[in-house]
Amino acid sequence: MTATTNIKPVKPKGAFVRLLAVLLAMLSRPSGLVGLILVAFHVVLAIVSPAIAPYDFRELSAQIILNAPSSEHWFGTDNLGRDVFTRTMLGGRQALLVTTVSTVLAITWGGFLGILLGLVGGRLDEILMRLVDAFLCLPWILVLLLIVVMVGSGPGVLILTLGFFYGIPVIRMARAATHDVVALDFVTAARARGESRSTIVWRELVPNVLDVLLVEGAMRWSWMLLAFSSLSFLGFGATPPTPDWGLMISNARGFMSFAPWAALAPVVALSSLIIGINLSADALAKALGIDRAQKAPV
Amino acid sequence: MVKLIARRLVLGVLTIMLVSGIIFVGVEVLPGDACTAYLQRAAQGKRLENCRRDFGLERPVLARYIEWTLGAVRGDFGVSMKRKTLISKTVGTRFRNTVILGVTASIIGVPLAILLGIIAALWRDRLPDLWVSTTAIFAMTIPEFVSSTVLILIFSVWLGWLPGIVITRPDAPLFEFLSDIILPIVALALVMTAHILRMVRTSVIDVMASDYVQMARLKGVPYGQMVFRHVLPNALLPAINLVALTIAWLLGGTIVIEVVFNYPGLGRLMLQAIFFRELAMVQAIALILATLYVGLNLFADLLTLVANPRLRTMQTSRP
Repeated sequence: MTATTNIKPVKPKGAFVRLLAVLLAMLSRPSGLVGLILVAFHVVLAIVSPAIAPYDFRELSAQIILNAPSSEHWFGTDNLGRDVFTRTMLGGRQALLVTTVSTVLAITWGGFLGILLGLVGGRLDEILMRLVDAFLCLPWILVLLLIVVMVGSGPGVLILTLGFFYGIPVIRMARAATHDVVALDFVTAARARGESRSTIVWRELVPNVLDVLLVEGAMRWSWMLLAFSSLSFLGFGATPPTPDWGLMISNARGFMSFAPWAALAPVVALSSLIIGINLSADALAKALGIDRAQKAPV
Repeated sequence: MVKLIARRLVLGVLTIMLVSGIIFVGVEVLPGDACTAYLQRAAQGKRLENCRRDFGLERPVLARYIEWTLGAVRGDFGVSMKRKTLISKTVGTRFRNTVILGVTASIIGVPLAILLGIIAALWRDRLPDLWVSTTAIFAMTIPEFVSSTVLILIFSVWLGWLPGIVITRPDAPLFEFLSDIILPIVALALVMTAHILRMVRTSVIDVMASDYVQMARLKGVPYGQMVFRHVLPNALLPAINLVALTIAWLLGGTIVIEVVFNYPGLGRLMLQAIFFRELAMVQAIALILATLYVGLNLFADLLTLVANPRLRTMQTSRP
């Protein structure tokens, strides 16, 4: 073996220092800065909005149906006289909660299975990858709709469903990334030392595949948000009277010609969050030095 | 070469078989069956048993699966309980409408995306790229129901140029759709263009950085010649596959656009079928969309093989 000093690419520096460095690298790009600010804004808003919302989101009033924006109702009112400003503030909470948990779920199970398959290979790998291919052929929205209709659309069901189906393409990513790492010297060295398989996975593979998984996760998050709000829009996601952007847009669409404000506020909120996540994902990929692969958001 | 094509074909068929299995098992595993969905509240006791016997639901799963797939191969998906019509007939016209939408959007979107992608890559990090890439991020990330809604707001509510929703009958002849279909096409082409142009851009940038392009540049090959002879053929070939995958994926996602515009396509039929729990219809649509996906993928593979001599010879020399 040649006398290269640093065989282990993962620097022995603390995780916290590395995190800080990545964060700084992301913030140094204009797109990353904007993206992170947008995401942070939405996350903070989702946490504090119940405390600071000016009205009750369920409060109906027949007197102020579809009122234009005013000093009392900043974004106007909807067709039931509910305050659009309040509902927009609260409208991202369920979506954020569901998609965040399912993203973590998807990355965890997809990542682990992918790493294992990449390491083990052989028959099992062949068979499971065929299954993955088959799953990817299914139109995603059909699968989601079918499960929601048959099982129900509670947040728990949505989290599990989204987490499961969005984990499938992650398997592929993690497997490919593992294949790149497995061939490197330090894994061979670990094998030669007689390390157990679980040690190799935890100590050698996971730290090195983590970067790819993080970028993939950030991307999946935005696609999941898209899927969740599409489901809500179609009437299969969040259930009324829960304030939800997709639901609000679907509802306000009928009155768009004379009350565009009721649709405009949730449109801006939802778009800004998704764009924010995408910009952050791009910046994260560049900060970690990964070429973010462009492909269909399966 | 022949061996390779045969291998791809077998793999494609295998995938479709797997998919049909997944669809069938999935519908079996979910609570409720065709009869409980059809009878709804009345689904108990004698009526449920009779219904199950009439439709042969009490037979073993495997027998029903085999019967279903054999029927599907012949284009027979059974009868819709709710509509009392042949599923294949209903699905057929809707499928045509979705294909019209998809094909037209691709005809507009794909060349535009390739052109913009190349421009963005050649002027990388300069003004044209910044404009194209930023617009693409917006077009890609804004949900289809939002962009469609905004399109309707602008072009049919404010300007009044085009109809906002489709009211043509699903089985009307092609030309009657002409004015209805423009906005849905624009909405679909927008997302498609954004996705594909980003792939093309990455691909062209990769090739521009490769050794042989550097070599050509050092040899003093004129810029135009370098781009058209050396870069584009090598950059666009791998993009074929991605383009096919994106189109296929978007076809599954047209459902939202179809709902917004009230367009009588496969997606809206799917939504109705799911809503009324017409499981046979859902199975049929899922299988058709999956087959379309596999088919497009296979087509792209073959196209790449035919167009890329290097791949062809390399693969044939393999034992």
